[in-house]
Amino acid sequence: MPRSLIHVLAWPLLGVFLIALPHVLSFSQQEILAYLVFNVLLVASYRLLTLTGEWSLGHVVIMGVGAYGSALYTKHFGVPVPVSMLLGAGTAALIAMVLSYPLFRMKGFYFLIGSFAAGEIIRLLWKRYREPFGGPKGLKRIDPMPDIDIGIWSFDFFEPVSYYYFALAVVAVCLWIMWRIERSPVGLTFHAVHWQDNLAESAGVNVRAYRTLAFVIASGFAGLSGALMAHYIGTINPTSFDVEQMVFVLTWAIVGGTATFYGPILGCVVLTILNEIVLREMGFEQMRPMIYGLVMILSVLFLPKGLESIVQRLVGRKPAPGALAEPTRMEDRA
Amino acid sequence: MIELLAQTGLNALYAAAYMSLVAVGLVLIFGVMGVINFAHGELFMMGAYTVVALYTDFQMPYVLVVGLAVMFVGALGIFMEWSMFRPLRDNPLGGLVASIGFLMILQAAVSMGFGVRMEHVPPVTQEVIEFSDRVRLPVQRLVVILAAVVLLAALWAFLKKTRFGWALRASAQDREAAALQGISIRQTAQIAMFIGAGLAGVAGALTAPLISVNPHMGHSVIIAAFIVIIVGGIGSLEGAVIAAVIYAFVHTFVTTFYDGVVADIVGLSLMLLVLVVKPTGLFGTADRA
Repeated sequence: MPRSLIHVLAWPLLGVFLIALPHVLSFSQQEILAYLVFNVLLVASYRLLTLTGEWSLGHVVIMGVGAYGSALYTKHFGVPVPVSMLLGAGTAALIAMVLSYPLFRMKGFYFLIGSFAAGEIIRLLWKRYREPFGGPKGLKRIDPMPDIDIGIWSFDFFEPVSYYYFALAVVAVCLWIMWRIERSPVGLTFHAVHWQDNLAESAGVNVRAYRTLAFVIASGFAGLSGALMAHYIGTINPTSFDVEQMVFVLTWAIVGGTATFYGPILGCVVLTILNEIVLREMGFEQMRPMIYGLVMILSVLFLPKGLESIVQRLVGRKPAPGALAEPTRMEDRA
Repeated sequence: MIELLAQTGLNALYAAAYMSLVAVGLVLIFGVMGVINFAHGELFMMGAYTVVALYTDFQMPYVLVVGLAVMFVGALGIFMEWSMFRPLRDNPLGGLVASIGFLMILQAAVSMGFGVRMEHVPPVTQEVIEFSDRVRLPVQRLVVILAAVVLLAALWAFLKKTRFGWALRASAQDREAAALQGISIRQTAQIAMFIGAGLAGVAGALTAPLISVNPHMGHSVIIAAFIVIIVGGIGSLEGAVIAAVIYAFVHTFVTTFYDGVVADIVGLSLMLLVLVVKPTGLFGTADRA
């Protein structure tokens, strides 16, 4: 088959596959699939943040800001659900904006630890204040998506399949926007800020402003992912967004590789399948964290460029211009 | 009121003692290998579970068990150096991620071996020193404080007075220059890892009868240790000890007069403040950072 034909057919085929997929899965697998869609958005937004070279440990808490925000807007102000999600995402971006003032005085390792501290403080505030955050037990009975009737189709969003389609559409649009951002002059400047920050600065680029911009945009998408999740499961608490969840996101990104757009998404999908489908159904329930940990260690040791490097070898493409050997140059700046 | 202050001060002193053992180990590992050991809290946990296994279950003498805990956790440290940190020497983020993976393995192993429930370690000694009715210091806590003082003094003497100590400090300052002087980087890294992990292990073993021992106990320890090493200036051993004392007093007093969550928030805010105002920490120097 000629190469161009594959390119033309790839997207429609993927679309058909994703639409057909839930119908061959069991109910619990459908639920996992819905989660997978939220997580793909989360990890893709995480990569947008890492484009400028900073690795945050607060990203899951930012996701939680979106979740708490959206849930509280519906609860206290009666905002209808899809609108509240956008407001939640906006809140996450706003909080990220505020946090960027102290955090972007730091770089590299200090940023990593600083973002962790900032995230933990937010999380502990949710835990401490029963009003309005619900304390350690969190928020319950979050408003679900209202049913929608469009002509012959009616969507009952208590059904995982319906919610999956909804989330899939939202996430597809978000991924497209992020892709466009990365390919725009702004996105190229993000790369420049990462790999040549002194040069970029001397060329008149406001490095800190671009770091902040990447952080704010990424946080907005993470917040949206959190909001999507909150209105699906209907209950959130501070533990849903603790450092253990952050470790999973970090692992997806590292195992997948962050040099390409699809790397972290690939890592998320592969590890979720490994985790949920293979390990859970094979009955390794207790051993799952252990195997997960082992996969993490083995992949940094033996596959430092991530799963994406395997794909690139198979497809026979050269890595993207920004993609160098090591995941980050933290040692230069730490 | 004075009695409450005195009692809280004693509690803080005890917290400072075991926190400084953990934090100094973390700093030592970072200094020599340049890697942040996220699994350090779990090494602390492994020390505590050594006590659960050998002292509670097998009834071996406590002093012997503490010694074995140091050896066992120190050996785990050497294993980490050999299997992860040495191959990932030029990839600090990789080392950090690998240590997170190791943390999950240790947690899962302990959960499978002992169960996720809290373990009860019977007290080694019931004796309590009573200063007054309401100011009491259990002897076990006194042991932790004394052990911290002795061990940290011994470490200080080792680093400043022995050839091994010189080699260790030299390779912490400049790895290549040290290697040119004929210092074995591999050997110093292993010594640093053994001491660092061993200190976490001894802290876990000594505090096991006093705290709730469970597979997730390392979590709060590592967060506190991060706060301490950042406030103290990463790479500074003296800074870590002083910051451990400051942090322990602030945290214990806020816990007593408000509550534990507020104390955590105060501690984290303190760290954020130091990061913003003086990222090299209170005692770190610019070139070490």
